[in-house]
Amino acid sequence: MANHNAVGTTGEPFRMDLERGKIREFATATGSTNPEYLDPDHPVVPPTFLTTTFFWQTGNSNPWEAVELDQKRGLHAEQEYTFFGPPPRAGTRLTGTSRISEIYTKQGRRGGEMTFVVQLTDFHDETGRLVAQAKMTGVETARPPAEET
Amino acid sequence: MSTIVAPAPWVVGPATRTDFVRYQGASGDMNPIHHDEEYARASGFPTPFAVGMWQAGLLGTYATDWLGAENVRNFRIRFLEQVWPGDVLTCTAEVVREHSAEGERRVDVELTCTRQTGGKAVTVWATFVVPAATPVAGEGS
Repeated sequence: MANHNAVGTTGEPFRMDLERGKIREFATATGSTNPEYLDPDHPVVPPTFLTTTFFWQTGNSNPWEAVELDQKRGLHAEQEYTFFGPPPRAGTRLTGTSRISEIYTKQGRRGGEMTFVVQLTDFHDETGRLVAQAKMTGVETARPPAEET
Repeated sequence: MSTIVAPAPWVVGPATRTDFVRYQGASGDMNPIHHDEEYARASGFPTPFAVGMWQAGLLGTYATDWLGAENVRNFRIRFLEQVWPGDVLTCTAEVVREHSAEGERRVDVELTCTRQTGGKAVTVWATFVVPAATPVAGEGS
């Protein structure tokens, strides 16, 4: 069961350097041959690139553990990225801060209560400008997820 | 009437375990359920399946080829069906509406990644700045 008291838990700020090689690797892994990612010295990041916080957000910067979701019944329901201007570029050093913003329950279509957890991550650049926000919605189902088809 | 024309569908696949692993390495999400056969079976799945963010990333590639890498302002992903090795995926797009926000001409689009079964794997609702080169109906010649 999710710990509803986790709402408001905020992680320590974490550093995330945007790098040309990493952008190239990510673009290639998502089937892109777009020169806008591959050619410039300072390409912008792809729309879903900020998922690579996996490499930067460790330990106390990640508040997700506080939710205590059962990973066997956990699924990624939605993921959203908002950019306040063009996406940030290689060479930018971002500072990310994550917080658990919301936990709520719904009845599932096939019975059983589902618990949704929302985590927001704000990304600021070196000047302190908010350049992007990530919103992750996780769900804990009443039963372990099975193949849908 | 929309002035922006959706691109032709983009077909990807058949998807391979190599696709999944390469994406995992690039993203940093190393959950073994996406590459380890024994782990996947012990978890009740017939084989490893793709990280949902891989097929979401394919829609990002499709959309930025169309509307430009610098123009994305919002990208909201809903995960629907899992994607399995051997799946052939088709990315399609629809223009939802055009509008103005923050002094920019913008377009809302809906992107879908569909499996060969007809099942939708991922839907994305995205907002882009309209590329400068995009002609507007009734303007110019």
